[in-house]
Amino acid sequence: MDLLSAYIIHLADNALILGHRNSEWTGHGPILEQDIAISNIALDLVGQARNFYQLAADRLNELTPGEMITEDDLAYLREENEFRNFILVEQDNGDWAKTILRQFYFSTWQFLLYKELVNSRHPGIASICEKSIKETRYHVKWSSEWVMRLGDGTEESHNRMQSALQMLNPWVQELFLPADFDFDADDSGAGILPEQFKDEWYHRVNKVFDAATLPNFSSEKAHIQMLSGKNGIHSEHLGLLLAEMQVLQKTYPGAKW
Amino acid sequence: MNEEEIITILSEVRDPEIPVLTISDLGILRRVEYTHDAVRIQITPTYSGCPAMDIIQADIRSELAKHGLNNVEIKQVLSPAWTSEWMSESGREKLKAYGIAAPATHACFLDGEDKPESCPLCHSKNIEMISRFGSTACKALYRCLDCREPFDYFKCH
Repeated sequence: MDLLSAYIIHLADNALILGHRNSEWTGHGPILEQDIAISNIALDLVGQARNFYQLAADRLNELTPGEMITEDDLAYLREENEFRNFILVEQDNGDWAKTILRQFYFSTWQFLLYKELVNSRHPGIASICEKSIKETRYHVKWSSEWVMRLGDGTEESHNRMQSALQMLNPWVQELFLPADFDFDADDSGAGILPEQFKDEWYHRVNKVFDAATLPNFSSEKAHIQMLSGKNGIHSEHLGLLLAEMQVLQKTYPGAKW
Repeated sequence: MNEEEIITILSEVRDPEIPVLTISDLGILRRVEYTHDAVRIQITPTYSGCPAMDIIQADIRSELAKHGLNNVEIKQVLSPAWTSEWMSESGREKLKAYGIAAPATHACFLDGEDKPESCPLCHSKNIEMISRFGSTACKALYRCLDCREPFDYFKCH
């Protein structure tokens, strides 16, 4: 696969996998309003993923005459090591604190990325980001409010946020490590290197952590990981997620609603 | 048949989730072209994952088929991105009459407060947010502190 298609699929995979994780809360949210909230965020993310997959499918079909790939093929028929999403977004939901922190980290990253990509030299990427950034801004707002509420809440909610930090912080570093497709996108002007907005990410996250009475995040504390979701080397969680998400299409190929 | 007549026909197509609004009230019908018996339509989604879009496309086709127009191509365009500013004045009035507060204008672009002007039922300004997300992607949930009724707010987007 060419590097630009891989870059677009990376953007799609992040949105799909986190959208799917969030959808696992549907019917299980802590209260009805928040069940609806997390399901709506899932809907936005899956919608964004569809747009990126369609863009990638059109490109792959154009590059290989005779090819007839669809957005569904990319979502449902690829294997675990072909997914290019971050390890962070495939982590299991855990409790509400872990789900909130995962959303907050990712949405802040996605917002800063989309803010740059609305000026992408690739018109398809630019228009999806122009559309999606408004949704993402709202996800940042919602998840920031929850980080503050839980961090600066009761002893119990504060402790749960602390354990969420311990579980998720090791996966933050990957958000800023470039893969081959990032360098290619940066060269062509289709995308940018994520390290360009790393400081801004830390700044925004720590501002919310201050208000939430949570310890500031420092890059020095991050661990080096052997896994790399962007290069298809995932944690054990992704395979289980895909087994459930893809079972219908793999059992009944081409099944439609 | 000309493009204007087609737009009039399409004004009958309603949002399945907020049936008081037509697709032209919402501002999601972006372009209609009619050449050599072929209709080409551009629509834009309100939110990326809005599940109403598929139903709206099917409704557009069946409405046009009633008028003998079967050669229809519908394209979803993303840019320029839909904004609640595109909602028509009559759309805003219909929303309020239906019990949903209309979106604040300009608020979200100028970092202003994205909140309803007043309770759509008793018009009190004494209101509070219950949840940032309501029954559909485009709405938030509020309550009126005077008449005590909860109500939906069509978000500024």
